[in-house]
Amino acid sequence: MSDTSSQRMEPFVRHEMLPEQAPPSAQSGIVKWSRDNLFSSTSNSVLTVLSFVSIYYIIASASPWLFNGIWNASSIRECREILDGAVGGCFAVLAERWNQLLFGFTYPDDQYWRPTLAFVLLLAAAAPVMFFKYLPSKLLFFTAIYPFLAYWLIWGGPILSPIFALLGFVAGYLVWGRLVNKSFAFGFFGAIAAAFVTWAIGGAITGAVAPEQSLLSAVPSRDMGGFMLNLILGTVCVSLSLPLGIALALGRQSDMPIIKWICVVFIEFVRGVPLITLLFVASVVLAYFFPPEASIDLILRVIIMITMFSSAYIAEVIRGALAALPRGQYEAADSLGLDYPQAMRLIILPQALKISIPGIVNVAVGLFKDTTLVSVISMFDLVGMIRGPILASTEWNGVYWELFAFAALLFFIVCYGISQYSQWLERELATDHR
Amino acid sequence: MTTLSDPPQGSFRLSMLLNDTRYRSYTFQFIALIALFAAFAYLGSNLVQNLRAAGLNISFEFLGEPAGYDINQRLIPYDSQSSHWQAAKVGVLNTLLVAFLACVTATVLGVVAGVLRLSNNWLVRKLMAIYVEAFRNVPVLIWIIIIFTIMTAVLPSPRAFRGDDPAATMLFDMFAFTNRGVYVPAPSFASGILGSAADWLIILASLVGSFFVSRWNVHRADKIQEATGQRPATFWVNLGIWLGPLVVLCWIMGLTWEYPALKGFNFAGGLTIRGSLIALWFALAIYTGAFIAENVRAGIQAISKGQTEAAASLGLRPGRIMNLVILPQALRVIIPPLISQYLNITKNSSLAIAVGYMDITGTLGGITLNQTGRAIECVLLLMLFYLTISLSISAVMNVYNNAVKLKER
Repeated sequence: MSDTSSQRMEPFVRHEMLPEQAPPSAQSGIVKWSRDNLFSSTSNSVLTVLSFVSIYYIIASASPWLFNGIWNASSIRECREILDGAVGGCFAVLAERWNQLLFGFTYPDDQYWRPTLAFVLLLAAAAPVMFFKYLPSKLLFFTAIYPFLAYWLIWGGPILSPIFALLGFVAGYLVWGRLVNKSFAFGFFGAIAAAFVTWAIGGAITGAVAPEQSLLSAVPSRDMGGFMLNLILGTVCVSLSLPLGIALALGRQSDMPIIKWICVVFIEFVRGVPLITLLFVASVVLAYFFPPEASIDLILRVIIMITMFSSAYIAEVIRGALAALPRGQYEAADSLGLDYPQAMRLIILPQALKISIPGIVNVAVGLFKDTTLVSVISMFDLVGMIRGPILASTEWNGVYWELFAFAALLFFIVCYGISQYSQWLERELATDHR
Repeated sequence: MTTLSDPPQGSFRLSMLLNDTRYRSYTFQFIALIALFAAFAYLGSNLVQNLRAAGLNISFEFLGEPAGYDINQRLIPYDSQSSHWQAAKVGVLNTLLVAFLACVTATVLGVVAGVLRLSNNWLVRKLMAIYVEAFRNVPVLIWIIIIFTIMTAVLPSPRAFRGDDPAATMLFDMFAFTNRGVYVPAPSFASGILGSAADWLIILASLVGSFFVSRWNVHRADKIQEATGQRPATFWVNLGIWLGPLVVLCWIMGLTWEYPALKGFNFAGGLTIRGSLIALWFALAIYTGAFIAENVRAGIQAISKGQTEAAASLGLRPGRIMNLVILPQALRVIIPPLISQYLNITKNSSLAIAVGYMDITGTLGGITLNQTGRAIECVLLLMLFYLTISLSISAVMNVYNNAVKLKER
């Protein structure tokens, strides 16, 4: 008899898992990504094809111009001779007029190192403020003395002027520290009085002692120009308009009707007119309002008007942020017995300024772009240099695209960098974790 | 025994002016008023002194004197013997024209770009992001100059249209794109009813009437849908309401087109839209369209995702979700910044002097100011004009905000 029991089939039980198989080729990798993101429906596919066609067209027409460029020629005619009919950009204008585009028409040639050093130091001075969590806070001392150092580097003149200007602020700060505990008014007005006294003494001493030939030769303001002028106007006006904007915002929402109405009228008037009319005021009208013997530089008048302009916009941003604070914050400050300046300084303004950072950065970027408007009142900033001395000269008449693309690129780099920084800053300061 | 005595009455002391919060605000306001008057007195005295030294005075009589310069684009009659005031009026109309055209175009561009930035097509999203970032980060003056350079340096001159084998040809034999401007056919009414201006007013009145009738039609369809559940078709009826009266009126008044034709070295006839107007219009529209795109995107993203999901769970299709659920809520967030962008367009149109377009800044603030030397009066009038426009646009925005405000109890 056969032994069937030993040939009985055992049920199959798997003991280890099968290895995973790769997904089908149409469901993984770039094919799946394209199907989901580029070709997910008929209309999407049409849009994708149209986009590809237009991208190809743009790149095909722009890349010969970009990569076939001439960097070494001395006039547009020479560029065209070298190209001999081919398509190519005449970038030699940038190479030859680089210093003029950056520093202006009449800035002395051998002194270019001064604004360059001031610009590098600007980055070094802004870094402790921009990345305050990651850099030691002692570096803020350098940020505090940077404005005076930069003024002395760019404008030159006797070194005693910026030193005494700095000493005035130091004296004011010391007096404020001593007196503010008595009352805010004492501290504030005492500080202003101390600063003015120091400046008056310093002005007298500088006038008496200044040597004939100072360490850095004085450069008059009308020689400033190029992209340096845009940067100077942008940084000075934004930094000066911040405290003014905060004061205007606080005044606009105060309970005292006269102060409130002064602020409201100022803000609405300045926001309702275009910047170019304010620049017209700076160039032709403002001189009538100063005493006859005072002759104020055009750049100073322009800085005054642009500061007024941007402080009104910043005041509106901060007003929105103050309105976004819950009313409980004000009431809690009152219940702790803090008076108005203490409540503002310790509780309200830190929160309001944090909320308003994106808005302020928007205003700052907009203002930096608006500094190109000074070319309309014949100051030779970057756009003024391009339209004026460079395009009007016989060697470079007709070189439009290279120059305007360069100007657009410079502004794009700065403005895009600032807006990316502000998005990073918002993420850093976000205290809510959702 | 206890004696009752009145609580001590605080007598007024002078130091209370600074220390007592009841009186301190009056003190500060008094000081502020004194400081304001002192500042105005100082500036005013300087002004009077400087004006006297220069031999000038403040007077607006120059507005009545003949201007002595020509304006190449004008909507109202003007020649070089018209007064400065007439030149200012031409400038005002030019400003309003370019601002209106740019506002309409910018809104269309901005809404399209904003909605496309939220599309689920990766390539389209990235392209729109590049457009928005490129135009937002470069000054508007540079864009105006670039587009003007495109118009003057790239487009052919009218001479290129001459000859048997011309280098450039007209589009449909109706439109000519040259470096001096764009020549389009000009409409006019051959057998008009009252006169050319009144004919256009009749057309405008018929358009306004069509608007209200079509709104009433939609309202009627809503009522029927609420009562019976069936919605009558409104699209074709509305189309007829808009087009019917228009077509009939144009046929009655005999609408004719005058085509531009090459005569000699230039085009004659038709309507000329100069390069400076087109450059300013397109530059402002594309530049502000990038900002409007960001506002639209922010508005749509401000609506929580739950709304979309709830609408989808009710069975609504994506188009209906956008029209009926998302957009009405998003408009409340989009419209206030949109109106401030319109304000920005109007103020940025003052850059017209960079391309030679004669808006109010070019006539009143440019040539009139330089010729008559009346800087203070001209700048004052200029600022007054822009202030009026800004305040009216802000008033419109406030009216809209109050109308759609969420009414809280």
